Amino acid sequence: MSTPLEQLFEKTRSEKRAALIAYIPAGFPTIEGSHRIIEAFVEGGVDAIEIGFPYSDPVMDGPTIQEAAVTALNNGTSATDVLDALEVAVKTGTPSVVMTYWNPIEKFGVEKFAQAISDRGGSGVIHPDITIEESAPWLRATQLSAINPIYVVALSTSDERLAKVTSACSGFVYAASIMGVTGARASVSSGAEGLVARIRKTTDLPVAVGLGVSTREQARGVAAYADGVIVGSAFVKAILDAPSFEDGLKAITSLARELSLGVRGQ
Amino acid sequence: MTLIESSEILGHFGPYGGRFVPEALIAALEELDAAHQSAINDAAFQSELAELHRTYTGRPSILTEAKRFAEHAGGARILLKREDLNHTGSHKINNVLGQALLTKKMGKKRIIAETGAGQHGVASATAAALMGLDCVVYMGEEDTKRQALNVARMKLLGAEVIPVTSGSRTLKDAINEAMRDWVTNVEDTHYLLGTVAGPHPFPTMVRDFHKIIGEEAREQVLALVGRLPDAVLACVGGGSNAIGIFHRFISDEGVRLIGLEAGGDGVETGRHAATITGGSPGVLHGTRSYVLQDENGQTVESHSISAGLDYPGVGPEHAYLHDIGRAEYRAITDKEAMEAFSLLSKTEGIIPAIETAHALAGAMKVGKELGPDAILLINLSGRGDKDVQTAAQYFGIPLGDEK
Repeated sequence: MSTPLEQLFEKTRSEKRAALIAYIPAGFPTIEGSHRIIEAFVEGGVDAIEIGFPYSDPVMDGPTIQEAAVTALNNGTSATDVLDALEVAVKTGTPSVVMTYWNPIEKFGVEKFAQAISDRGGSGVIHPDITIEESAPWLRATQLSAINPIYVVALSTSDERLAKVTSACSGFVYAASIMGVTGARASVSSGAEGLVARIRKTTDLPVAVGLGVSTREQARGVAAYADGVIVGSAFVKAILDAPSFEDGLKAITSLARELSLGVRGQ
Repeated sequence: MTLIESSEILGHFGPYGGRFVPEALIAALEELDAAHQSAINDAAFQSELAELHRTYTGRPSILTEAKRFAEHAGGARILLKREDLNHTGSHKINNVLGQALLTKKMGKKRIIAETGAGQHGVASATAAALMGLDCVVYMGEEDTKRQALNVARMKLLGAEVIPVTSGSRTLKDAINEAMRDWVTNVEDTHYLLGTVAGPHPFPTMVRDFHKIIGEEAREQVLALVGRLPDAVLACVGGGSNAIGIFHRFISDEGVRLIGLEAGGDGVETGRHAATITGGSPGVLHGTRSYVLQDENGQTVESHSISAGLDYPGVGPEHAYLHDIGRAEYRAITDKEAMEAFSLLSKTEGIIPAIETAHALAGAMKVGKELGPDAILLINLSGRGDKDVQTAAQYFGIPLGDEK
C-alpha cells in the first residue's frame, strides 16, 4: 500500500511536473493560526504540506524559522498540537508529513510516534538530524506503521553514503540545496542539480529540493531537474512581514499560486 | 542488522553517545574522526603536543595539599590537581591545543568555538593566536554580560566574539549557533567543541585530550601518599574536566568517582543545571545522554551561578558511568558552591573558578562522610579571576572605588 505522498509523486511525474511542498510550523503564529495557514496553502494550490514540530534547539534552521519556532513554543505547542495540525492538513485531501528533529520523537516514544502519524493520516516524517547509523528502531517503527521515513541529504554527502541513506528512505529524498541552514536566498545553489543527479544514480525515489527557494523563478529552475520543490522560510516570512494575519494569509495564498506555476515550468 | 552492528562502533557508551546531526556534517565528523585516530598513533603528533604542554601549557600541573581547607572537610586529606595553573587558567587548554593541532593537520584555516564562562573561548582564541588560525567564538549574550572580562580577553587575543541572542542566550544557544556556522562553512572550518558532548568523535576525542589530567594526578598521588585516593571529585557541566581526571581511575575499582553538578537554587526548585540528577535520557546537540527536557522533548533552560556549568546536557560517557554505577553524581547549590569558593580563597590563598567551587563543596561533604583517614583528589579545574565580579556582587563587596 502506498502512502498519499507516494501517490502524489506518481501523479506529478505522469504530469511531467514537480510537486510543491509547503512548510509551516504547528502553533505559528498561533495554534488556530497554523490551521488557517494550511487552508491558505491548499487554496494556493500546494501539492503537499509539511507540518513543522517546533523545537527548542533547531540547528538546521535559520533565523526566520527559529523565530517561528520560538513563537510556537511560547504558544505552548505540544506533540498533540502538531498531530492535530497534521490531521487538519490531511483532511483537506493534501498529502502531509511532519518535519521534526529527533528528540521530540524519542520523548514521545518511537513506535508510538510513527503510529500516531499513521493514525492521523500522515504519510511520513522528515527528520534532519537522525543519521542512518542511529535509525534501526525508527525504521522498524515506520515499517510497522507503513509511513515514509524521509532523510535529508547534503552536498557534502559522499556517493557511497548517498546509496546507504536513500536505501533507508521512502516517499522522497530531501536534497538540501546548499551547505547551510534554512532561509530564503537570492539564488538556489548551482550544486543542487549535481546533487540530484548523484541521488538519482542510487535510487528511483522522487527527489525534492529544499533550502533557499522562495520565488516562482527559483521553483521553475529547480522543477527542471527535481520531482519536488520545498518552500518553508518564504511562507513564514510572508506571515512575519504582513501588517496583519489576514494579510499574511492572502500573501501565503498568492505566493503558493506563484510557486505552483513555477513547479509546472511556467 | 547491519544498521545495528554499525551503530555499535560509532562512539557509543552503552545506549548513549552516537551521532544525531544533519547529514551535512557527517563528512566533517568522519574526517575529524580519522584525523584523531591517526593522531593517536602518530608519534610526531604526540610529541609535538607533549612539547607544547611542557613549554606552553605548563604541564605537568602540580598537586597541592590543602591542609587548612581540609579542616572543613572532616579532616580528610585534600589533594588539589592544579589545572588552574595552566596557561589561560583552566583545564580547557589541554583539549584546545590538541584540536588546534588536528585543525592544522586537516588543512583547515578557521576555528569556531562556543563558550559559556569564557574559559574555552579564551583557550580557543589563545590556540588560534599561537597557530595562526582565524577564530570566531559564539557566546550567549547573557554570558557576555556575566563574563565581560573574558570577552575582552578573547578580543585582545584576536578572536571575533559573536553574542548569541537566540533562545536562552547561554551556552546551549551558543552551541546551536556554532553548529549552524559549521553546517555552512564546514569546508574550511573546524568546530573546536569545548566539552565531552556533541556527536562522535567529540566525546571520545575531547576525553583523550584531557585524560592527561588523571594520568598525571594518579602518579602524583601515589608518589605523595603511597596509595590511591578514596575518591576523585570534579565539577560536571558538559563534563570535560571530570572525565579528564576520572578516566585513568575508571579501572581502579576501589576509587570512588564523584561528579558534582550545578544544583542552582536546588534541584527541587527546577532552577538548576544538574542534568544527571534532575534530567532524563534524550538527544541534544548531536548526542544521546541525559538532558533537561519537558514532556514534549523540548530542552529546558538551565540555571546556575556558574556560566560554565549552565548547560542542560552532559557528556554521554558520564551518563553511562552513572547508569552502570561506576561514578556518582550529586548536585551542589549555588549557595554551597559560593561558601566553598570563599573558604578555599581564605584558607589556602587560591581563588577557584565558581565551576570548580562545586567540586570543593562536594569535597567538604564527602570528607565529612569518610572522615580523617580518607584521601580525596579534587580537580581544581580553573581559577577564579574571571569570577571576581560575580563573587564580589554575591558577597556584597563594593567594586569600582576603594572604601
